[in-house]
Amino acid sequence: MKGHVWRPLYVVIGIVVLLLLFRFFYVPDDFGIQKQGYTFGFHRLSNEQEWKDFPAKYKGTEYCNECHDDKVASISASQHEMIPCEDCHGPARNHPEDPEKLVVNRSRELCIRCHSKLYMPSSGRSDIPGIDPGTHNTGMECAECHNPHNPSLEDM
Amino acid sequence: MKRRDFLKSTAVFVAGASVSLSALELVDPKEVLASRPELRWGFLVDTHKCVGCGMCVKACKLENDIPYDANVTRTWVERYAMMKNGEVIKDSPKGARDGFTSKLVDQGEAGTRLLRDKDIAQAFFVPKLCNHCTLPACVQVCPVGATYKTADGVVLVDRKWCIGCGYCIMGCPYGVRFFHPVVHTADKCTFCYHRISKGGNTACAQACPFGARTIGNLRDPNDPVAKAVLNERVGILRAEYGTKPNVYYIGLNKEVH
Repeated sequence: MKGHVWRPLYVVIGIVVLLLLFRFFYVPDDFGIQKQGYTFGFHRLSNEQEWKDFPAKYKGTEYCNECHDDKVASISASQHEMIPCEDCHGPARNHPEDPEKLVVNRSRELCIRCHSKLYMPSSGRSDIPGIDPGTHNTGMECAECHNPHNPSLEDM
Repeated sequence: MKRRDFLKSTAVFVAGASVSLSALELVDPKEVLASRPELRWGFLVDTHKCVGCGMCVKACKLENDIPYDANVTRTWVERYAMMKNGEVIKDSPKGARDGFTSKLVDQGEAGTRLLRDKDIAQAFFVPKLCNHCTLPACVQVCPVGATYKTADGVVLVDRKWCIGCGYCIMGCPYGVRFFHPVVHTADKCTFCYHRISKGGNTACAQACPFGARTIGNLRDPNDPVAKAVLNERVGILRAEYGTKPNVYYIGLNKEVH
């Protein structure tokens, strides 16, 4: 064959070799077709473990109960027993080391998430005692009168 | 050819032709096991129990480091109101991160609209999250193999591999994917893979005071979620797309999609 055929062919072969070399060094060994097949399982396998190692921030009421069993007991005896601690106290993260103290959300905005009266006839919202936040003691925090760990109106 | 030979060979031919090719195919036991693994995550949402407090959305954002004030979220809650005149109104202000506290319904650019109690026929909340479809359209369209389905049925995004082209965000029929403003890759609900794979609960399900959200193993006949999916009247979203979602809803109306 003549030179005008070989020369561009060398260029093409060179490009292919370069691409294969780049692929060899760049693509990790565990990248490829996994259990779910080519369509849904073409990925880097170690990424599954990376997601499993993502740090959790919410620890759950059982974690709180290890030290604050008195507080957990008080709310467990009240109408608010279904509310997890971290909904109001914030995620525990690595408490008590980091953060040393959790900031409690005492705002009206937190309480009215459930207790703003809405007419929702096909939802559990209708069964929750509610107020109109626009007229009910505006400017005050709910916790000034109502105890979140014992919201019973008789004990106010 | 003798008549006897003719009949013989005809009988052999007919018998042979009646055996379908698939019956002769050798089955790889590994393949069969992979198609029915011991663990397949499924999610159950009971819309009757949801009160629209939005604690799930808040917990999800904090747990998964989703920018709190950015208009992106992995899960959200929608409010539906079916009016007596047949009108369907829905909203989800900030994805319900701060819950539903007002009778004013957010209508986007049209402003807000006051819902009068006496006009409402039905009203309820519907929590939404990634459906972790059995046949996920978003995974199929990824050009680089950055998003995938794990063997236990969770759809994940490889943040190191994603090039941020946004094809999957367009491909998802449920609109659950978004572009993460900090990581700069596509992002979505992981079913809190870091929590459930260590025996925990998802952050949204744990934060829900009313048990409206539950996660379980669809392959375990004694699992409460699997039992509900088998025995109760559950629905899925947008079945017409053929994606086979693994998030099941109790109390779904045809207006919800």
